Amino acid sequence: MTDFLFQKTNGLTDKQTHYCPGCTHGIIHRLVAEVLEDLNVVEETIAIASVGCSVLSYEYFNTDSIQASHGRAPAVATGIKRVFPNQIVFTYQGDGDLASIGLAEIIAAAGRGENITVIFVNNAIYGMTGGQMAPTSLVGQKTSTSPLGRNPLLAGMPLKMCEIMSQIPSVEYVSRVSTHSPLAIRQAKVAIKKAFENQRANRGFSFVEILSSCNIGWGLPPVEALKWIESRMISYYPLGVYKDGKDLE
Amino acid sequence: MARGVLIIDRNRCKGCELCISVCPVKILSLDYENANIKGYQPMKILSPEKCIGCCNCAVICPDQVIEIMKGDTNHG
Repeated sequence: MTDFLFQKTNGLTDKQTHYCPGCTHGIIHRLVAEVLEDLNVVEETIAIASVGCSVLSYEYFNTDSIQASHGRAPAVATGIKRVFPNQIVFTYQGDGDLASIGLAEIIAAAGRGENITVIFVNNAIYGMTGGQMAPTSLVGQKTSTSPLGRNPLLAGMPLKMCEIMSQIPSVEYVSRVSTHSPLAIRQAKVAIKKAFENQRANRGFSFVEILSSCNIGWGLPPVEALKWIESRMISYYPLGVYKDGKDLE
Repeated sequence: MARGVLIIDRNRCKGCELCISVCPVKILSLDYENANIKGYQPMKILSPEKCIGCCNCAVICPDQVIEIMKGDTNHG
């Protein structure tokens, strides 16, 4: 009778997050923490926080953490993993961090096939700085720097990071998941777990893209924002496993 | 009888209503009478005896407000 059906994970600290009400960053933090706890590696994990809303994630993960310069989390993770090959090293990056300023670092780290895990939170906007257009903003999406909607003739089409990463031969695992429903969240946990298991088994670079909401940046209530992920984002960013296993000659 | 017993940490709640939107038996609501320490109207459970223990609310909660204990399973 005293068993828990759902219990708080010890992979997170007790500190309350600074995220806006309904922001799915909190869900993704918990999924990562639960996976670390399930694999029993909380004590030997090093988290690399990025710049963006997730900049303070070192206060929430119950692991050792470093906060990297903007976009450079994969480079910092490379150094740490090579010095401490037995520790679990993961980066937690948003789309402004990974798909814009950090594009060189993520591609280079993937090209080298570093044995790290990358958690990529795609909310299609620069959330922290006030809702500017990101490389992942959808066509027609209104942001503070595209008030009439993203125009593909001016800004091009949104970057599909999973499709890009899956073309790199040294990458072990690429998957895109979502957080728009309890089912999707449970499936996201499976993908994140796979990414960390790959690292523990020294299989190489694992990349999980998680579609996330930014209800304040999108100008929607939290529940509507989750529906927006389902109706708008998933059609452009299809969910699924893009790659499982390296392409070796 | 309830198959799940919710333990709600009121003061962590930010009133985003995600849990309310995913409850299959519609027994969650905001507490419109009271505010928590942060000034939000937190979620509350209206009929604890109807909980089926599916954990959807706890799974979607971004702020670790909800923990769920096993309830009485003898009465289905």
